[in-house]
Amino acid sequence: MELLIKNGFVYDPINGVDGEKMDIAIKDGKIVEKVNERRAKKIDASGMVVMPGGVDIHSHIAGGKVNSGRLLRPEDHFKDFERKTAITRSGVGYSIPSTFTTGYRYARMGWTTVMDPAMPPLEAKHTHEELSDTPIIDKSSYPLIGDWWFVLEYLRDGKIEECARHVAWMIKATKGYAIKLVNPGGLEAWGFGRNVKNIDDPVPYFRITPREIIRGLCKVNKLLNLPHTIHVHTNNLGKPGNYVTALETMKCVEDLAEDNKPVIHITHCQFSAFKGDDWRTFESGAEEIANYVNAHSHVTMDMGQVIFTDTTTMTADGPFQYILYTLSGNKWVNHDVETETSAGIVPFHYKRKSYVHATQWSIGLELALLIKDPWKILMTTDHPNGGPFIAYPRIVAWLMSRKAREATLKKINPKARSRSLLPTIDRELGFYEIAIVTRAGQAKALGLKNKGHLGVGADADIAIYNFNPETMDPSKKYKALRRAFKRAAYTIKSGQVVVKDGEVLKHIEGATMWLDVQTSEEAKITEEMKRRFKEYWTVEFENYPVSEDYLAISQPITVKADV
Amino acid sequence: MFVNLYPLKEFKLPIVAECINPDIFQGKSQKEIEKLGVWEGNKQKRLGELFKVEVVKEEGFSETTVITIHGNASRVRRIGAGMKSGEIIAKGDAGMHLGEEMRGGKITVYGNVLGWAGSMMKGGTIEIHGNAGDYLGAPYRGSTEGMKGGKIIVHGNVGNEAGAHMKKGLIKIYGNAGQFAGFRMHGGTVYVQKDCCGRAGACMTDGTIIVGGFLESVLPTFTIEGVRKKVKIEEGEVVEAPFYLFLGDLTENGRGKLYVAKEPNPHLSHYEKLL
Repeated sequence: MELLIKNGFVYDPINGVDGEKMDIAIKDGKIVEKVNERRAKKIDASGMVVMPGGVDIHSHIAGGKVNSGRLLRPEDHFKDFERKTAITRSGVGYSIPSTFTTGYRYARMGWTTVMDPAMPPLEAKHTHEELSDTPIIDKSSYPLIGDWWFVLEYLRDGKIEECARHVAWMIKATKGYAIKLVNPGGLEAWGFGRNVKNIDDPVPYFRITPREIIRGLCKVNKLLNLPHTIHVHTNNLGKPGNYVTALETMKCVEDLAEDNKPVIHITHCQFSAFKGDDWRTFESGAEEIANYVNAHSHVTMDMGQVIFTDTTTMTADGPFQYILYTLSGNKWVNHDVETETSAGIVPFHYKRKSYVHATQWSIGLELALLIKDPWKILMTTDHPNGGPFIAYPRIVAWLMSRKAREATLKKINPKARSRSLLPTIDRELGFYEIAIVTRAGQAKALGLKNKGHLGVGADADIAIYNFNPETMDPSKKYKALRRAFKRAAYTIKSGQVVVKDGEVLKHIEGATMWLDVQTSEEAKITEEMKRRFKEYWTVEFENYPVSEDYLAISQPITVKADV
Repeated sequence: MFVNLYPLKEFKLPIVAECINPDIFQGKSQKEIEKLGVWEGNKQKRLGELFKVEVVKEEGFSETTVITIHGNASRVRRIGAGMKSGEIIAKGDAGMHLGEEMRGGKITVYGNVLGWAGSMMKGGTIEIHGNAGDYLGAPYRGSTEGMKGGKIIVHGNVGNEAGAHMKKGLIKIYGNAGQFAGFRMHGGTVYVQKDCCGRAGACMTDGTIIVGGFLESVLPTFTIEGVRKKVKIEEGEVVEAPFYLFLGDLTENGRGKLYVAKEPNPHLSHYEKLL
């Protein structure tokens, strides 16, 4: 099938295209030089913004804890439901939408690739079943490796190469995409009802510190040549004064960077940029973090923007969720996943009038605007922790329009408003920069070669928004901008038009990407390992790996490792 | 403006009709009202297909709208949901979610209602002359956003979990109440004139529950505070009889008040030793 998108204002930062009026040709799901103009189906995009399909580096959309969250919150669903149409299935939504609704809603906004950032290896099968049920978008998941007993032991004994081979096996077995660390060391401590306080605190019974885990896995990541860096949720997340920990985490891998390439991704950085001694003296640490990131090139991060709404927080950081439960007194789920990680879920309402919540809202935007290079800071809400992903159009409006920020600033807690840096920031991102923070930068950070750009050979994932940058000023017409991003004029996935004017036209399956890491020597699965599986896990070793038939469309990416 | 609604048939499927609301009917002609959308089972219908609509405009009458439903509407859900003003009178039974998230106005039912009447309400009055179902004034399952204001008066009996998660407002029940009256209450008042099944006030942190009849047992997490001669329910309504006053629920560090009438509950007299 051939398709031609004509006369759109194209924003393609990876190829340096900044709002040029040009045509995009598509053939067999890929972007090509040109197509037969008479035969091809044409889409008139004149007066519209054309961008690569959106990429989300961090959004909890599938797996054990997302599903527990759905069960925990029937009240989240009964007000927001989608009726069945001739094409789409019915579903429920808001902060933790069902799988089908997740796919449709992302597609409606023009997003086509979404990464689920936390998969307990033990629940990999469940995660992949849910990912396979998420239509339209391409997706992938990061296994949680930072508190895995074998990894901790290898790193403690300094066996980096064995550890790398083991991690390669793990990623292959769980069909994962990157190394995810959540509160490294802290989750293992949580199994004993404890936590770690800073990155040099020893993990109980393992004689290893979070610093060693982060550095070790960073080295492993390099040995394996994985496309994405290690994906780190820092220690002390969500506690006042934790910006110091975030800075230390970034500093501890400074020497491992080569050729100005990123070696660490700090995720939902807003939650790690708190200053102050307690919640009363709580303040924004965005400036310190931004200064550091501006001066260094080995870090990428994403925002974790807070939205004023009722949402469900869920993370593998069990101890943090316990603290959140004691703060909010709301209902909760919290548990330890045998020998691997932990998880917690607490419903949460971010209120404009709360000083802390309003400051958190401000921190996310401060980070995005104070960090000069948009390739280093990506747009996320850490769905659903900061807010549901359907709020992305609002964040785009805040980033592009000072007026939109001021409109919200007027309504927030007065003390938070007076302390916020936002009124002093004049910066407004343009469409080129928005294309970086929502797609190109995300694809680049993830090492996805065929996503996030519109060059020849890229996957034909394209979003077209009905907003004319020539006649309309996004900084003034931010409400129209918000509407345009809420309902994409067209979303094209693998060369097929799946959404038109915000309505899903076609139900297609998205692929699940995973890394086939090839090491020169296979990881040794010793008898000792199998014995421990028998003793400490609820599944047998043989049932542990995920076979490819769990994936609706399996898309392995071959990676040649150095070990 | 008066609007009369007559069901055209005996409903077999659930009807979702949140458009039966004085704020929506206000200023509309009969034809416009008939065109409002409702759901019958999984089919979208017009209000005029299910009800005969009669609009009476009286000269010199105030602007508020009064809707009267004549006949059995026990399968019609969400009547008066979110209403802010006006009045609804149901001369028969009404279905689930009656007056959900109501903010003002009045609903009177001369029959029985099903579950979730006055759910999450913030203002206004609901008066039910028959019985009410479970979850009176309680939020939807799983939610913690209970009743925040307004008044519900039930002349008959009610089911379980009346006033769960309540924050403000008043529920008066002149009949019996089921289990878990005032479950997880944070404020407001629940008055049960007759008997109350067990577990009244479980997990309450604040607010008042008054039981005028028999209460099988008080939860062990309540502590006795004293005996009171009379209890005020609202302005102008005082019950003059000796009441035991319990405080709880201690598992939630609560200071909620549970008044239990002394006379019909001789089995609670052993608490007096602790005073």
